[in-house]
Amino acid sequence: MKTSDLFQESYSALTVNKARTALTMLGIIIGIGSVIAMVAIGQGAKDAIQANIASIGSNLISVSPGAQRGVGTFVSSGLGSSQTLTQEDVDALRSGLTQISALDGELSRRYQVTAKGTNTNTQVIGTDSNYPAVHNLNMDSGSFITDQQVANMSKVAVIGPTVWEDLFGTSTPAVGQTIRISGQQFKVVGVTQSKGGSGFANQDDMIFIPISVAQHYLAGPNADGKLYVSAISVSAQNPGAMDAVQQQVTNILLQRHNIGNPASADFTVQNQADIVSAASSVTNTFTMLLASIAGISLLVGGIGIMNMMLTTVTERTREIGLRKSIGATRHDISLQFLTEAVLLTFLGGGIGILFGWLLSLLMTHFTGTQTAISAYSVMLAFGVSAGIGLLFGYYPARRASRLNPIEALRFE
Amino acid sequence: MIQCEHIFKSYFAGDVETKVLKDVTFSIADGEFVAIMGPSGSGKSTMMHILGALDTPTQGKYFLDGHDVGKLSDDELAGIRRKKIGFVFQAFNLLTRATVVRNVALPLVYAEITKNQREQLAEKALRETGLDESRYYHLSNQLSGGQMQRVAIARALVNDPALLLADEPTGNLDTQTGEIVLSTFQSLNAQGRTIVLITHEHDVALHAKRIIHIRDGKIISDEINQRQRMANPRPE
Ligand SMILES: Nc1ncnc2c1ncn2[C@@H]1O[C@H](COP(=O)(O)OP(=O)(O)OP(=O)(O)O)[C@@H](O)[C@H]1O
Ligand SMILES: [Mg+2]
Repeated sequence: MKTSDLFQESYSALTVNKARTALTMLGIIIGIGSVIAMVAIGQGAKDAIQANIASIGSNLISVSPGAQRGVGTFVSSGLGSSQTLTQEDVDALRSGLTQISALDGELSRRYQVTAKGTNTNTQVIGTDSNYPAVHNLNMDSGSFITDQQVANMSKVAVIGPTVWEDLFGTSTPAVGQTIRISGQQFKVVGVTQSKGGSGFANQDDMIFIPISVAQHYLAGPNADGKLYVSAISVSAQNPGAMDAVQQQVTNILLQRHNIGNPASADFTVQNQADIVSAASSVTNTFTMLLASIAGISLLVGGIGIMNMMLTTVTERTREIGLRKSIGATRHDISLQFLTEAVLLTFLGGGIGILFGWLLSLLMTHFTGTQTAISAYSVMLAFGVSAGIGLLFGYYPARRASRLNPIEALRFE
Repeated sequence: MIQCEHIFKSYFAGDVETKVLKDVTFSIADGEFVAIMGPSGSGKSTMMHILGALDTPTQGKYFLDGHDVGKLSDDELAGIRRKKIGFVFQAFNLLTRATVVRNVALPLVYAEITKNQREQLAEKALRETGLDESRYYHLSNQLSGGQMQRVAIARALVNDPALLLADEPTGNLDTQTGEIVLSTFQSLNAQGRTIVLITHEHDVALHAKRIIHIRDGKIISDEINQRQRMANPRPE
C-alpha cells in the first residue's frame, strides 16, 4: 500500500464516521484542555502568591514591638501596638549587624489625607532612605526620601500609585503637588511604581514620609520620652544568612532592653521564610485540588475515547475482514489503523492544548487570576489521552487483522 | 489449478460441532467454468470461502496452483487473493458510506495502482456489469440490492483475476440484467479465466460448462453440461 493511499484511506475513514471522530476528539480535547487550564490556574495562583511575598522584600527579617504573635501578622504592625522599639534600637542594629544588605525603621499609622478637595484614608509610613532597598520598591517618578530630608525633617511625601489615583487621578502629575496629612502640609516629591500586590501585601496604597517627621510631628515620643518605631525591617545579604541575622537581631535587642529570658522579649523577630512556607502549603493544597479535578476530567475523557473506539470495533472488524479478503496484508491493516489513531489523537491533542491555553487566557482576562501553563501538565495530559487513543484505536484493529477474513466478516 | 483432497469443515460453538463439509474431493482445471448447485445450508458458501483462500478447512488439503494453502502464511494468502482471485460475496460486503467507484477500486489500492488508473479500471469493470453510470459516485448504502450486487461483481472483476469465485451473483438480478452478467462471465471464460459460480437456479447453472451438485456437505454429482459443450467446444 502506498503512503499517499494510506493517508487517503485513513482520512476517508475518519471523515466517513464524522460523529465518532468528533466525539472521540471531543473527549481528548476536554481531557487535555481541562488539565492544562486547571493546572495553569493553580500554578498561576501559586506564582502570584509567591511573587506577592517576594514583593515585600527579599531575605526579609521583620522586627515588631510586642510579644510573639502568629505568622503573617507582621505587615500590619503599627496599629495600636506597643512602643517598645525605639529609634536608638534602629541605629544600634544598623551599626551592630554584619551580614545585612539594608535596614530601615518604620513608623506607620493610618491617617486621613486630603488634597484639593479630594481625600483618602491610607497608611502613612515614616521611614528612611533604605526603605526601597529593603522592600524592593522602585520609583515611577520623582525620587524617594533622602537622608538629607530625614535629617532636616522636611515635610515631603512619596505616594503610592493607588494614592496618586485617589487624590489626583493619574492624568495629573503628582510631583510638586501639596497634600495634607493630619492637617499638616507635605510636598509630593515622588510616586512609587505599582507592585500589583493585593490584600495583606498591597504596597500601592501607601504614603512615605521622613521618619523624623513622623516621629516629631505626627506621633510624638513614647511614655519614656523616646522616639519610637513600629517596625524594623532587615534585609539579609543572602538566604543562608537569615538565621544568623535573626539571631544577632534578637541578641542585640535583648541586651539593649535588659531582658535575660528570650521568652519574655518585648519584641518579635520574624523571618520571611516562615511566611513563604505557610503560604506555599496553602497554594499546594489548592493546586492539588485543581489537579485532582483535572485528573477526573482526564479520566472521563479517556473513558469517552475508549468507549468510542470500542463501540466501533464490530463495524471496523467487518471492514478489516473485507479489506483482508480483497488482498490487504496484516501490515496494511495495522498501518492504516495506527495512522487513523495517530491522526485522531494528535489532532485532538493539538486542539486540546489550544483549548486549554485559550481557557487559561480567558480566565486571566475575565477574572484577573494569573495563570501559568506548565510544560509538565501539557505533556501529562497529551501523553495520557494520546496513549488511550492509540491503545484503543490500534490494539483492537491489530487483533482483528489476525483473524481470518471470514471470521472477521462474521464478527458480532 | 484447484485441487481439493478430502476436505472437512466444521464450525464449533463451544463444544458443539457443526459438520458442514464432509470429505469433499474434486479438482478444477485452468479455464473451466463450473457451477455449484445445492439446497440452502448444504455448504456451498463454506466451500467457496475455502476455494477463495478466505477460510481454511478443518481437515484435508487444498492446493491452489500447486501450493498447499494450509501451509501458506497469512500475508502469502493475502497476496494470492490480491493477485489471482476475484470474489463476489453472497452478502456483497461493500464498504458502506463509500462511493461505488471507491468500493470497486479498493482491491487496486492494495495492488499499489495509481489513483487515476484505479478509477479508470473501476469504471471499466462497472460498465461490464451494466450498472447505470449515474450511480457511480453514489454511496454504496444508497443502492438497491441488485445495484449492490453489480458493484460487488465489478469489484471482483477489477483486478482482472485468473480465478473468479461468485456466490449467487445473479440472486438479486432480473433475468435480463442477470443475462448481461452471465455473458460477461462467459466472455471472461472465453479469454481463459477460471470461473466458479454458485446458484440455486438451473437456468443460471446451464451457462457453465460443468455442474457440481452438493447436498449436506457432500458432492452428489459432478457432470459436464452437454449444452455448453456443444455450443462452445473447447479442447480439454
Ligand atoms: N460461522 C459459522 N458458525 C456456525 N455454523 C455455520 C457458520 N457458517 C455457516 N454455518 C453453517 O454451515 C452450514 C452451511 O452454510 P453455508 O453458508 O455454506 O450454506 P450455503 O450452501 O451457502 O447456503 P445458502 O444457499 O443458503 O447460501 C449452515 O448450516 C450454516 O448454519
Ligand atoms: Mg451461501
